[in-house]
Amino acid sequence: MSESSQRPLPEDRPLEIAGRVYNSRLLVGTGKYRDMTETGHAIEASGAEIVTFAVRRTNLGQNPDEPNLLDVVSPDRYTMLPNTAGCYTAKDAVRTCKLARELLDGHDLVKLEVLGEEKTLYPNMTETLVAAEELIRDGFRVMVYCSDDPLLAKRLEEMGCIAIMPLGAPIGSGLGIQNRYNIRLIAENANVPVLVDAGVGTASDATLAMELGCDGVLMNTAIALAQDPIRMAKAMRLAIESGRDAYLAGRMPKKLYASASSPIDGTFF
Amino acid sequence: MQIQVNGNPMELPDDATVAVLIDQLELSGKRLAVEVNEDIVPRSQHTEFSLSDGDRVEVVHAIGGG
Repeated sequence: MSESSQRPLPEDRPLEIAGRVYNSRLLVGTGKYRDMTETGHAIEASGAEIVTFAVRRTNLGQNPDEPNLLDVVSPDRYTMLPNTAGCYTAKDAVRTCKLARELLDGHDLVKLEVLGEEKTLYPNMTETLVAAEELIRDGFRVMVYCSDDPLLAKRLEEMGCIAIMPLGAPIGSGLGIQNRYNIRLIAENANVPVLVDAGVGTASDATLAMELGCDGVLMNTAIALAQDPIRMAKAMRLAIESGRDAYLAGRMPKKLYASASSPIDGTFF
Repeated sequence: MQIQVNGNPMELPDDATVAVLIDQLELSGKRLAVEVNEDIVPRSQHTEFSLSDGDRVEVVHAIGGG
């Protein structure tokens, strides 16, 4: 028996969020695209079933015929995930979620993010905890953007958050997963889905998140700011599938030195 | 009366409802959510909810974001 086969393989559990099972483990944002048409095509190519969006003031008296995001990305087809991007306090985040729930006729799934400062957009975890508690009490189902602290991730789960979404690197940075040890620990310890949210720059970053045992990845900029967003959306779809399969397959153990793949027996030289 | 809509002053007839406001803004039938003085006014109440002088109204919609 080889060394690798002695380790139990991870269980292949479907991604279930708020009582619904999803085939795709890639969640995508809708910001930074050139236009609505490109947004729609990229989401289509990504295979994503959960799509996040922001809530902002309606422009009054300007472009009344501007296409509405919800007309291009239909809530009939996608699970819409309103986010609280841009909120720096628990109060603003809770307000945004309530507006989003009204906007989506009572749909109570939200992505909570409370930011700490503009340079890094790093999550303000004390405000995040306050907002999460209030939202859960109010009946929201909260997917939470958070730091990659394993203890805080567990605390958010225990409070009742339905998905834990640690950052891999700062939002929009494309730096890839900076602390794979923490992401792995969070994924290993969680009983709810763990999704890397933010920091992915290219396909290998998404694959790594999945190889570490994450249940999914949420990304926006990596697709939207690629030179060819639609091709990158497809690359990300495949990257997520590859990483998930590699995780489930149980990778070979790492060795410090070589081990020949061809047999020594039968050599004639 | 004068109210604030998305941070801008706006004149409306006294006792105008949220529905009247949305109509004036040419936003009828659009997917949006309305908050008056930081409280949600559900869609079902737009035709009944009367605005008052000095009310702060927010009209929001979905936009691209991550």
